[in-house]
Formats: sequence, structure tokens, C-alpha cells
Amino acid sequence: MINYIWFFMILSGVITAASKGQIQLVTEGVLKGSEQAVVVSLGLIGIVAFWSGVMKIAQDAGLMQNVARALGPLVRRLFPEVPKDHPAMGALLLAMSANILGLGNACTPLGLKAMDHLQALNPHKERASDAMCTFMAITSSSLTVIPTTIIALRSTHGSASPTEIIGPIMFATACSTIVAIAADRLLRRAAKRPRWK
Amino acid sequence: MILAIQVLSRWAIPILLLGITTLGLSRRVPIYESFVEGAKEGWHTALRILPYLVGMLVAIQVFQHSGALDQLINLISPLTNWLGFPREVLPLALMRPISGSGSLAILSQTFATFGPDSFVGRLAAAIMGSSETSLYVLTVYAGSVGIKRTRHTLATSLISDLAGSLAALYIVLRYFA
Repeated sequence: MINYIWFFMILSGVITAASKGQIQLVTEGVLKGSEQAVVVSLGLIGIVAFWSGVMKIAQDAGLMQNVARALGPLVRRLFPEVPKDHPAMGALLLAMSANILGLGNACTPLGLKAMDHLQALNPHKERASDAMCTFMAITSSSLTVIPTTIIALRSTHGSASPTEIIGPIMFATACSTIVAIAADRLLRRAAKRPRWK
Repeated sequence: MILAIQVLSRWAIPILLLGITTLGLSRRVPIYESFVEGAKEGWHTALRILPYLVGMLVAIQVFQHSGALDQLINLISPLTNWLGFPREVLPLALMRPISGSGSLAILSQTFATFGPDSFVGRLAAAIMGSSETSLYVLTVYAGSVGIKRTRHTLATSLISDLAGSLAALYIVLRYFA
């Protein structure tokens, strides 16, 4: 599916630019995009290294196992195939806690750490495991309880009550997370069933 | 309540940092050496992500910069109008799964044009908060461990984004009625 979306974006971009008679827009887009990719990825080196380091301390101190045991029951239901004392469980919990707290720049490094541990359990290294699919679906549905950036932006633009949007956002994001979990289960089951004739 | 949560978000990282190092020392972990050993992975992770990001961001930029995104909005606006979904928030709803910085820019633009306390402004904020940059999450998370096949996850994310946007529309109409 990602192949089609990728191709669609490029194809429609080229067609649109050509029909406007401004084909240079495509080339500009290519340059902008690749520059942006380098900025984002280089910008991540420091902070990912930092959190990997901190999480290594936590791991060596056995903290992951402690956290996993405390918050385990709920998350274990979401990821039944991850052994409960495996470091992956602790990493998943930490990544999800960071997401809930909205610790923006901590989320990606912790999430990547969790993916790393899940990959160790994954028998097919190029194909996402069930746990990975669930984890990515939950993460991309947003777990953030307090959307600090949005509140800040509302206040910059002179909102009379910047925080009044918290309630609606909690509702909307809860809906999207529940739908993500349900859709993940349903689609997984649908994919495993033999095709209709 | 809000204040408590704001304080918590500001203190969470310092507390985590101090807590983990303290715990490590008390359990006789050589914390600095452990840290350096773990930090070595950061470099590899960032380099592993780069090709995936280049691929995705180039396509997004071509799509947006050429004006194809605007065309798509023109195309689907009759359907969304019928759902009662204002046309003004479509750029945001479409950009939200694709690009975090892009959608934040559009959100800011929406606030500037319509005001943060307008119906469009509130709906835009709720859509922004209802989901994450799904495509980024998928690209970076799967890319970092070399996963090429993400199976049904893209479909799952897009379904949940759609559900989030519709839930945002519903609750904003209700909440501020």
C-alpha cells in the first residue's frame, strides 16, 4: 500500500506541476524534501543517543522489569505475544507513558527502542510482527492527554481560553485510539483468513 | 488540574533523568559507562532512518509544492461538504497523517485566518490533537529496525485518523453548542 501512496504523490505532483506549466516545482520539491530529511535525521542523532544511553542505565538497573510488572496487566492484553519479563515489555510501557505525558522529543527514541526489542522477538525480520503493528497503530493514533503545542499556539493567536480545547481533544483522541486497536485486530484477522473465491 | 498537569509535563523529564541515575547508582550500575554504551546506538538509528525519510519527505514535498494537494482538496470537498465537514479544515485533515511540521504550519495559518475560538479554529485544533503523524511514525519506526512490510498498519492508521477527525467534528459541535 505504501508503494501506491508514494507513487501517487509523485505522479500527481508531476502532472499538476506540468499542467500549470511550472514543472520546476517538482525539482524544488525534491530538493526541499531531501534537505528536510537530513535536517530531521541529523537532528535526531543527539537526542536518540541521549535517550538510548539513559534507557541503557534503566535497563542495567532492572527498571524496565519493575515498570513492566507494575503497569503490565493492561499492556499485556494489547501485546499477548510479548513475554511479560522481556525487555520489550518495559520499553513498550515507557514509550507509551512518554506518549501519554506528551514528552515530545522522548517519544520517538523510546518508541524506536521498543521497536528494537520487538524486532528481537520477530521471526520474520522484514515483516512487521503483530505486536509491532499494534504498537505502531496505537502510537500513530496519539495518546497525548495534554496537547501542549496546540494550547500554546491557540494562546499565541489570542484565544480567550486556550485550554478549553483539552476536553474535546481527549474525546477525539480516545475515539481514534479505540478505533485503531479495533481496526488492528479486525484487519489482522481478515488478512489471515484465506481469500474469498 | 490543568496547572498540575502542566507542572507534571515540565518536571517529567528532569525527574525521569534524576530518578534513573539515582536508581542505577543505588543498584551499583556503572551509570556513566552504561550511558555511553547505550548512546552509541543513537548514531546508527539516525543513519538507518535517513533513507526512509528522504523517500517520504521528497514525495510529500513534490505533492504539496506542485499544488497537487490543493487539487485533491477540490476533488473531495463535495463529499466532505455533504458530511458537514467544513472545507476550511481539509488541508489540515489531509496533512495531519503526512507531516507534523506541515500540519502545525497549516494549523497556525487556520488560527490566523479564522481565529482560534471560531468553529473552524476549534475543529482544526481538535483534529490536530486527535491523531499523530501516522506516516512519520510508520516510516521511522518500521525503518529503524529494517521492516519493509508493515502489513495492515497503514490502513489501520488511516482508519483511526478518519475516526479521530469525525469524532472531533462531533464533539466540537456538541461541546461548544
